[in-house]
Amino acid sequence: MSALTIRNLTKTYANGVQALKGIDLEVQQGDFFALLGPNGAGKSTTIGVISSLVSKSEGEVSIFGHSLDAERSIAKKKIGVVPQEFNFNQFEKVFDIVVTQAGFYGIPAPLARERAEKYLRQLGLWDKRDMQSRTLSGGMKRRLMIARALVHEPDLLILDEPTAGVDIELRRSMWDFLTRINQEGKTIILTTHYLEEAESLCRNIAIIDHGTIVENTSMRALLEKLQVETFILDLARPVETVPALDGFDVILKDSQTLEVAVPKTQSLNTLFVALAEQNFEVMSMRNKANRLEELFVRLVEKNLAGEASA
Amino acid sequence: MSPREQWVAFLTIVTKEIRRFTRIWPQTLLPPAITMSLYFVIFGNLIGSRVGEMGGFDYMQYIVPGLIMMSVIQNSYGNVVSSFFSTKFQHSIEEMLVSPMPSWIILTGFVVGGMVRGMLVGVIVSLLSLFFTHLSMQHVFVTVVVVVLTAALFAIGGFINAILAKKFDDISIVPTFVLTPLTYLGGVFYSIDMLPEFWRTVSLANPIVYMVNAFRYGVLGVSDVNVYASLATIAGFVAVFFVIALWMLQRGTGIRH
Ligand SMILES: Nc1ncnc2c1ncn2[C@@H]1O[C@H](COP(=O)(O)OP(=O)(O)O)[C@@H](O)[C@H]1O
Ligand SMILES: [Mg+2]
Repeated sequence: MSALTIRNLTKTYANGVQALKGIDLEVQQGDFFALLGPNGAGKSTTIGVISSLVSKSEGEVSIFGHSLDAERSIAKKKIGVVPQEFNFNQFEKVFDIVVTQAGFYGIPAPLARERAEKYLRQLGLWDKRDMQSRTLSGGMKRRLMIARALVHEPDLLILDEPTAGVDIELRRSMWDFLTRINQEGKTIILTTHYLEEAESLCRNIAIIDHGTIVENTSMRALLEKLQVETFILDLARPVETVPALDGFDVILKDSQTLEVAVPKTQSLNTLFVALAEQNFEVMSMRNKANRLEELFVRLVEKNLAGEASA
Repeated sequence: MSPREQWVAFLTIVTKEIRRFTRIWPQTLLPPAITMSLYFVIFGNLIGSRVGEMGGFDYMQYIVPGLIMMSVIQNSYGNVVSSFFSTKFQHSIEEMLVSPMPSWIILTGFVVGGMVRGMLVGVIVSLLSLFFTHLSMQHVFVTVVVVVLTAALFAIGGFINAILAKKFDDISIVPTFVLTPLTYLGGVFYSIDMLPEFWRTVSLANPIVYMVNAFRYGVLGVSDVNVYASLATIAGFVAVFFVIALWMLQRGTGIRH
């Protein structure tokens, strides 16, 4: 069963920015899914459309098979959203915020209070229940929003950059919490620009850049792909057959150009020895520009900059 | 959502609204009580004793219904415009937009919250007026209906103002430049029959004239205008403004990208 299906979703903001250029996405029930991408890629816009905070330009979104347009109420009850920016009343008490949110879903007050207690306890906020929300630390505010998103017990929990501004120690405990509720059956989607976060938590991943999904695969397959570097080799003489090179994937682009995928664990010497043995003479060599690689370089640089300043 | 769930959601908003204005009562309930007491003392007692009769009543009795209506108008409008604007400003409106609650419940919840404040202040001011004069109610039905409709109309007006407002300053423009002048010129302090023909006709274009007079009819039994036609007109405006506000909310004007 598909927890989330997005078909050909586009969004152009009033100022003309085309934030989503026709994305397709499918997340299976029970998955722990990462939507990874640099700043401005369109992650929050995607989540905004799913959570009805941004109106889409075109396309179709369904939640567990229920269209967000045609079966609005059923679909919405199945989603819990933790937005990127804090969006609760700063002057309300922690407990009231969670109980009120339950009320908006039609949950009667006694049950709402019971649920609020349950989730505030799980997120370590029970002793803060009577505090005004503005007095909480950044990490607590984030957890308050998680409790609020869970109070109507949705099947799909979506978190937009949940660990932004949360220190490393608390980040771990938040990961543990998310892992546990995922094991208990909740489908989780999170956006992030931390590779490490996606890597340690998520089973499947989509990468978004400039409003386009550039990759949608399992975490494992992605990591393998990233372990490989592709080189273009220009040969001195035309050849007819693809050289057989043990341990490397080789494609003959044209009679004088080879494309070789080299795992990062392999030495290039091995490649050249094998080529020389078979009498291939390489005149020049360059890296193949790979969009995914480029994207990751950008993400990693950003991460490093972020960690350095943190 | 089932009707039961919708009812729970509606009550949640109303309760939240009531909790808000009672929590900050020194800003919401106290000021109208003080202002209106001053009106009673100055216009009713001090000046009123020299004015003599108006419409067959002593001046104090004549202005009390108008002042009560003025409180209802200002407070139902003021409650919704500031509450909804700050909900929008703090983005906590998103808590409602992500929920399955339909737009008409969000609108009705805020409007009823504003009406409760308007009418509560109306009751407070009425009780205060008893220290200065005696009031009896001539037509209970008319009195209740006109208060409810007026509170509803201005609560909806406050909602529309809040939707259109982009900054805090925008929520005081209408009360200062539209509501206050219209109320003062709306026959609160005088009978429009006293005015020269031309100004009397102009006054008839002021909707507040009808509300004040319908209410005064309910309390004192006198009116400058036809009461039932007034009630019907106010009800018509409530319906029209409700539809406009709902349409704006549904479109996401000023709240959804
Ligand atoms: N309300 C808005 N109005 C106009 N443009 C916006 C708005 N929100 C986001 N954008 C633009 O849309 C693009 C995608 O933004 P966003 O979805 O927030 O990216 P991400 O969450 O991946 O950082 C960016 O170019 C951003 O500037
Ligand atoms: Mg974002």
